[in-house]
Amino acid sequence: MKYTEEHEWLRVEDDVIVVGITEHAAEQLGDIVFIELPDVGKEVVKDDDVVVIESVKAASDILAPIDGEIVEVNEALTDAPSTVNDDAIGKGWMFKMKADDMSQLDDMMDEAAYKKFIG
Amino acid sequence: MSDLKTTVLNALHRELGAKMVPFAGYDMPVQYPLGVMKEHLHCRARAGLFDVSHMGQVIVRAPGGYAEVATAMEALVPVDVAGLHDGRQRYAMFTNDAGGIEDDLMLARRGEELFVVVNAGCKDADIQRMTEQMPGCEVLPVTDRALVALQGPEAEAVLEAIVPGAAAMRFMDIAILPSDWGDLWLSRSGYTGEDGYEISVEDGRAEEFARALLDQDAVEPIGLGARDSLRLEAGLCLYGHDIDAKTNPVEANLGWAIQKVRRSGGKREGGFPGADVILPQLVSGADRRRVGLSPEGRAPMREGTALFADETGGEAIGTVTSGAFGPSIEAPMSMGYVPVDLASPGTTVYGEVRGKRMAATIVALPFKPANFKR
Repeated sequence: MKYTEEHEWLRVEDDVIVVGITEHAAEQLGDIVFIELPDVGKEVVKDDDVVVIESVKAASDILAPIDGEIVEVNEALTDAPSTVNDDAIGKGWMFKMKADDMSQLDDMMDEAAYKKFIG
Repeated sequence: MSDLKTTVLNALHRELGAKMVPFAGYDMPVQYPLGVMKEHLHCRARAGLFDVSHMGQVIVRAPGGYAEVATAMEALVPVDVAGLHDGRQRYAMFTNDAGGIEDDLMLARRGEELFVVVNAGCKDADIQRMTEQMPGCEVLPVTDRALVALQGPEAEAVLEAIVPGAAAMRFMDIAILPSDWGDLWLSRSGYTGEDGYEISVEDGRAEEFARALLDQDAVEPIGLGARDSLRLEAGLCLYGHDIDAKTNPVEANLGWAIQKVRRSGGKREGGFPGADVILPQLVSGADRRRVGLSPEGRAPMREGTALFADETGGEAIGTVTSGAFGPSIEAPMSMGYVPVDLASPGTTVYGEVRGKRMAATIVALPFKPANFKR
């Protein structure tokens, strides 16, 4: 798994990259009550807003971690957004992307580095 | 951060694993490990303990007894203070000359004196206002007592078990009851829409008392996060958000708090700041009104969201003043101000959220019916 400074995780599955937020991020956000997912087929550039999360505390944007195309979204989250709190790195995945350039993942943190990053 | 004030329960909050935030100049728990959603639901199902020691407790007395205190207070608030019976409490607000609300507060008659509870953020100004503008009265801030709220359907049983006499109180009754933690000043009230109590306890006994409550299976500590969603579901105003110096009680839909005796034609008509604005509006209505808003879908419409009459075009017609997700109603909920012609329940307005206009229906408040013991 790779991690961003925006507290996203990326898991490479064959030729797609599954993206979600970390358990640490989910805990910081608090109980999540609403998730707005992007349209499948959307072309995004790194740092574009792609997902809106509303928790009991505030609204947050999830940014595209890399350039590419959104190829699938986790529709189940629309009706059960708290899945992200319960299982952030499993059933709480948010979207899948096809990367324009897989080398964008090279500079990202591994688990050890992310753990150090969040202290 | 170093100039943040603390309540005497600060160490207990930390021991309980609270996440602390600055609120009205105090270091306060926003949530405990249970989290906002579960704390909210627990309070509605069983009982929740809140630290509200940051709020101001003030005693007002006068040589002429209650009548003199009441007369002086009625010059600052539009409510019937003189007619308040001993042992009873009433909601009030300090108004300004424009009719705006300077703070909202609770007034309790305790024999010959008045016990006043005001918001943390306004307490210095409130104490100054009372001191300067209640001639002949002694205004005594209570600085050696904590204040906690115990709210929820099991609050009565929980408190009666350790403070006999609590269960006999009715909604808005106040009492001073002896206990193992010294004399407790109780009121049967709160700000969650649930039955419950607010309890003033000596600083030195407060932690021990809080632990005695938390020791009971039904009680969980509840932070400011859930306090906010509970009060919003109950349709209650948060000062500085839903009401402020620029909103008057009629616009704020708080006209019910202004008794007949203070209204036009009443025996003690007017005589409070802004009466010339407020009294006519009580008869003819205000131009805008605080309403409940039920947004479509699951996305909350938060404070500051601009409201529009139509899905496209036009100028903003109002603003959301509080908005969150309601854990008990399992839906988003907001309060805000709209022009009176758009204030009827069932009317659709549109809130602009992230550049998109989202429909919201005007609904009667509260979102969640109250569960008081009358």
